[in-house]
Amino acid sequence: MKAFLILEDGTVFEGTSIGSARETVSEIVFNTSMTGYLEVLTDPSYAGQAVVMTYPLIGNYGVCREDMESLAPWPDGYVVRELSRIPSNFRSEDTLSHFLEIHDIPGISGIDTRALTKILREKGTMNGMITTTVYEDLSEPLQRMRAYRVTGVVKKTSCKTPYVLEPADPEAETCSVRTAEKPESLKHQAGRGRHVALLDLGAKRNIARSLTERGCRVTVYPCDTPAEEILAAKPDGIMLSNGPGDPKENVEIIREIRKLYESDVPIFAICLGHQLMALATGADTYKLKYGHRGGNHPVKDLATGRVYISSQNHGYAVDTDSLDPNIAVPAFVNVNDGTNEGLAYTGKNIFTVQYHPEACPGPQDSSYLFDRFLKMMEVRA
Amino acid sequence: MPKNPDIKKVLVLGSGPIVIGQAAEFDYAGTQACRSLKEEGVEVVLLNSNPATIMTDKDIADRVYIEPLTVEVVEQLILKEQPDSVLPTLGGQAGLNLAMELEEAGFLKAHNVRLIGTTAQTIKKAEDRLEFKETMEKIGEPVAPSKVVETIEDGIAFTNTIGYPVVLRPAYTLGGSGGGIAENQEQLVEILGNGLRLSRVGQVLVERCIAGWKEVEYEVMRDGAGNVITVCNMENIDPVGVHTGDSIVVAPSQTLGDKEYQMLRTSALNIITELGITGGCNVQFALHPTSFEYCVIEVNPRVSRSSALASKATGYPIAKVAAKIALGYTLDEIKNAVTKKTYASFEPMLDYCVVKMPRLPFDKFISAKRTLGTQMKATGEVMSICTNFEGALMKAIRSLEQHVDSLLSYDFSHLNEEQLLEQLAVVDDRRIWVIAEALRRGISYDTIYQITRIDRWFIDKLAILVEMEAALKKGPLTAELLKEAKRIEFPDSVIARLTGIPQAEIKQMRKENGIMAAFKMVDTCAAEFAAETPYYYSCFGSFSEAEQNKDRKKVLVLGSGPIRIGQGIEFDFCSVHSTWAFSKEGYETIIINNNPETVSTDFDIADKLYFEPLTPEDVENVVDVEQPDGAVVQFGGQTAIKLTEALMQMGVPILGTAAEDVDAAEDRERFDEILEQCGIPRPAGGTVFTAEEAKKVAAGLGYPVLVRPSYVLGGQGMQICINDHDIDEFIGIINQIAQDHPILVDKYVQGKEIEVDAVCDGTDILIPGIMEHIERAGVHSGDSISVYPAQSLTQEVRDTLVEYTRRLARALHVKGMINIQFIVSHGTVYVIEVNPRSSRTVPYISKVTGIPIVPLATQVICGHTIRELGYTPGLAPEADYIAIKMPVFSFEKIRGADISLGPEMKSTGECLGIAKTFNEALYKAFEGAGIKLPRHKNMIITVKDEDKQDVVEIARRFQAVGYKIFSTRGTAKVLNENGVKALAVNKIEQESPNLLDLILGHQIDLVIDTPPQGADHSRDGFIIRRNAIETGVHVLTSLDTAAALATSLENRARKLTLVDIARL
Repeated sequence: MKAFLILEDGTVFEGTSIGSARETVSEIVFNTSMTGYLEVLTDPSYAGQAVVMTYPLIGNYGVCREDMESLAPWPDGYVVRELSRIPSNFRSEDTLSHFLEIHDIPGISGIDTRALTKILREKGTMNGMITTTVYEDLSEPLQRMRAYRVTGVVKKTSCKTPYVLEPADPEAETCSVRTAEKPESLKHQAGRGRHVALLDLGAKRNIARSLTERGCRVTVYPCDTPAEEILAAKPDGIMLSNGPGDPKENVEIIREIRKLYESDVPIFAICLGHQLMALATGADTYKLKYGHRGGNHPVKDLATGRVYISSQNHGYAVDTDSLDPNIAVPAFVNVNDGTNEGLAYTGKNIFTVQYHPEACPGPQDSSYLFDRFLKMMEVRA
Repeated sequence: MPKNPDIKKVLVLGSGPIVIGQAAEFDYAGTQACRSLKEEGVEVVLLNSNPATIMTDKDIADRVYIEPLTVEVVEQLILKEQPDSVLPTLGGQAGLNLAMELEEAGFLKAHNVRLIGTTAQTIKKAEDRLEFKETMEKIGEPVAPSKVVETIEDGIAFTNTIGYPVVLRPAYTLGGSGGGIAENQEQLVEILGNGLRLSRVGQVLVERCIAGWKEVEYEVMRDGAGNVITVCNMENIDPVGVHTGDSIVVAPSQTLGDKEYQMLRTSALNIITELGITGGCNVQFALHPTSFEYCVIEVNPRVSRSSALASKATGYPIAKVAAKIALGYTLDEIKNAVTKKTYASFEPMLDYCVVKMPRLPFDKFISAKRTLGTQMKATGEVMSICTNFEGALMKAIRSLEQHVDSLLSYDFSHLNEEQLLEQLAVVDDRRIWVIAEALRRGISYDTIYQITRIDRWFIDKLAILVEMEAALKKGPLTAELLKEAKRIEFPDSVIARLTGIPQAEIKQMRKENGIMAAFKMVDTCAAEFAAETPYYYSCFGSFSEAEQNKDRKKVLVLGSGPIRIGQGIEFDFCSVHSTWAFSKEGYETIIINNNPETVSTDFDIADKLYFEPLTPEDVENVVDVEQPDGAVVQFGGQTAIKLTEALMQMGVPILGTAAEDVDAAEDRERFDEILEQCGIPRPAGGTVFTAEEAKKVAAGLGYPVLVRPSYVLGGQGMQICINDHDIDEFIGIINQIAQDHPILVDKYVQGKEIEVDAVCDGTDILIPGIMEHIERAGVHSGDSISVYPAQSLTQEVRDTLVEYTRRLARALHVKGMINIQFIVSHGTVYVIEVNPRSSRTVPYISKVTGIPIVPLATQVICGHTIRELGYTPGLAPEADYIAIKMPVFSFEKIRGADISLGPEMKSTGECLGIAKTFNEALYKAFEGAGIKLPRHKNMIITVKDEDKQDVVEIARRFQAVGYKIFSTRGTAKVLNENGVKALAVNKIEQESPNLLDLILGHQIDLVIDTPPQGADHSRDGFIIRRNAIETGVHVLTSLDTAAALATSLENRARKLTLVDIARL
């Protein structure tokens, strides 16, 4: 079946419908990862957006459910150049096209994704529509597209009730990272006996798994949990997760995070969590022209000068000019465009990063940050 | 970390002559690195024995030494030039081995010279099998169970503990020389014995066979601060068991999920970190197809063939960045040369698919085994880029220039199902065609997978191509079907063949339906950032990014495609220099080429680079976009010449010599007319199409005759025939290699072979120098030792050569380059071949005369005259030194290939010996070619009857330098009768001890074996030659070469004088 991707600037791409044939309006963003399409699809941070994969051959290794970063795919739309006819991998349980169908995700294939990406790069992220309807007149759908806003997505993707994850069996196979031999930190489970409160703002599964495999017990809290409730559980550390949407929209969550800041519990925050902590402490955030989504961004540790290749997925960034050095100073910077990639909080046991040390998809180079978090908890204990 | 201020003068080691396993990629890497060093104000001293390279140009390095790559030479060079650092990681295995020897000898330390780019410790950790294994174990990276053995007994004992099959890998050898898979003890003994001898350190690794696993490679980089990145990963379509150089490779990996991808990526980064490499590194993995189990196969702590491929596949200039890292920069301080906005500390993201295919030499070595294994056999490779795998594969296939254009090109339809399944199990260069046939028969993916272990995803892609063939055959050809066929890159010619619709109509139908090629940019970042590098590939069904510039005149430079025997790196040298010269003349330059190993496909050589197959249709797509003012074909070898007619039909003017004149040199009858007009003799001959006609012509001329197809390069299909039987056989072979042109039969004249390259501006000619071959006529000029200036010509003959060259250049209206081969026999000069284009000897003669022939020819093409450019027409004054070009062969890599020299070219590369005296130049040339004698001072001489008298003197000379001579009875008799002591040995079919035992006993340095001419090559001689080559014994098949070697041995043991080519 024919399908169309229409951008709010009036550009129309014609392709073939994949997944669900229903019409969808959303924000169009592109991801440059060459592998990890399932992790991208199941990353809650894409809620409210349609994802364009710049790599043209998608679905090659099928669907391996254990690689899912949440229980379901979250994007409102999926845009690819070509979907593989057969999946080929020893773990594959399904084809990607069937996966999209059963989860009712509308998509389009057979379009020039590079041309689309260049439009988004030049004009900035914009809204768009995937549809199988042929519109003679675009004015009505364009109006709908322009009116579209990504809202309420944190609440939508967060868990509804708290739950506890027990430490992983040290003998079990490691899933957070695949290596020939278990990394030392996972072998020794330095987090044994630690209890981490994870505030689920739309969390990827590998954040919790990175902690439980290090021996931590993790309690996952819904996004609207009052700070008092979390602190009452006396966690050894608090983890703020990634999540979707405009950070400034989460006014109430920011208020609660301010209270967490004021406690002396060590805090490690990723992505949206990093932005919300900045907002909670008086800094500002802004929307990037077209965001960072992929697995190849260099981030520099300002303390050591080392550069790490990181997994990224964010459309907003913390404005470093708005930082009060008495509260927080930049700890990591993006080598490509100089945007902020992490903060160290002055006089506090808190550090936050914009990128994704939990990887999945993408480079595992920054998983050491979880070990650093364990150290912070150790120091406090 | 900024640049290390202590690094001011760097000695860069090149890789030497082109051999299988070490080819043009090191010229590309070396050239890029030298330019990168000079950019930083570092003085570059270059050592490379290969004169055909661009890196040995005086505008690439400050001081250029084309000298043998030996420890003695490097030591002497260090004393002479006093560099503060040596950069060994760009010269392939040859460069690394040399650096190791210098370090081990303590020479570097004693003279305060540091190794940059890597340390000796790193090289050892990566290259020494035992240290490598220990290092991997230390960091928990798995390697296949293995043991380094130094004796056959240990090998057998260890294999008994892990079980057959086992893989054998000799330490410190190139391209897997001497390695293999042993299925049983007998094979183990054979391969292991061989490997132990070939290894520099007498070590061979015996390891668990992981054949059939997925083979995946990562190209990684690390700087001095410990920052690490991955440039690219690549997946071999052929699973473990086929050398990656002979595999079809795709980038990025296609069948790995993120978990597998990241697992191996992390492993590669751990390894480069542990090895402490500063620069680039290649890590090869075997990944179990149905689990997360993997093994590290090999690490190359240097730039390599794979890194050249990764550079071209991603746009990330590995060698350039590696050179900067060697100077002390960190990755985040080095600008990304493609985007010019971001930095080198990132990982390229591809939004296309890249396929590499090997160019295998089985068309040259008809007797060779086509099977592929752990020993590399490819002489070159092609790369193609498309937005889908099928299209990239189709483009790669037609880039090979081996008369293949689709999965229909090799026909296996005559096999029954049982035979077909058997054929599937054969791992050779035609395997994907066999799979295609299996798919046509409806054989299941599973069956094909079980036999080939090629991932089902790739099998499905081949099936998509096969289904398209069927759909086109069935018809009707709708616009929709045509669109889909073009999306997966079916050429119009194949569509025409399958549908029966004329090609012109298909093109028309495409135009009417807007099915046109679009060009996309290779930008390292999947369009995330704006890129400035005009590096393009074509695809269908897309928006085009390439735009025509209208402000300047534009010239299209056609490259020479994959490196093959007969058309090597020399033509890339010519293409690149011509491009630079056009640029200086104010042209916008546009290169089309498909060889990832070359300098010409570096994105900053021309103003625009189109990485495309060199077929008329693909070239026309570029022409449609660019509308060039002209095309130049005379620098790209036969590949470019073949496109002349198509370019003219597209309305693109051919710059320089006109197409009809090029044709006149190839068309026998027209050429004969021209020779007659010019009053130039040539050996008598005729043009034929059939064996019957050939025999008639031969009868008229009298045997021996030379039989060859017209319009070929490197003497392909050329043979000397001594009787009717030979003619029948050769014409059969010629017709196998698809012959649309007539066959030439000439009287074979024995004499001295002379070669001349000249530039002609339409009026005047300039001959930089006359080259004389050591081997008499009958040995292909590319396989002959060539001496400049010619040593044995009278002034009268010289004058004749110049005069003939002038007459021919004028008669053919040459504007640009011309190459002429002459035979001088009893004072008469004959012309045997004229090529109105650049030749193989151009880089060599340019360098040794200091006359920049290619830029000159290019300026002439642009309208300048030789006089105006400051040169006196005629033969340039002779230099006061001697330069000898020595051919280098790769026979030990190609099992079953006959090594005897003849009219068909067989060498893969060349090296140079340059000195004040002939003897020293000759000595250097032999040294450079790796012929280091004596070792055991034993040799075998067995010659054909015609040579028995001539060999006496040569044998006497070898005896005088201390050689003990073994001969077959006939030869021994003649030698002994003439006072040369020779021990008679049994022929190989006779009882032991015989010749073969002697060779296999490893006490022999050298075999002189001249095979009888004609097709009926003695089986004996063939077996002797093969066995000798495969056990590392030098074999000479021409008495002239043998005499030259004797001269060289008589004049050894003197200190060499090193010549700086940049200051001639």
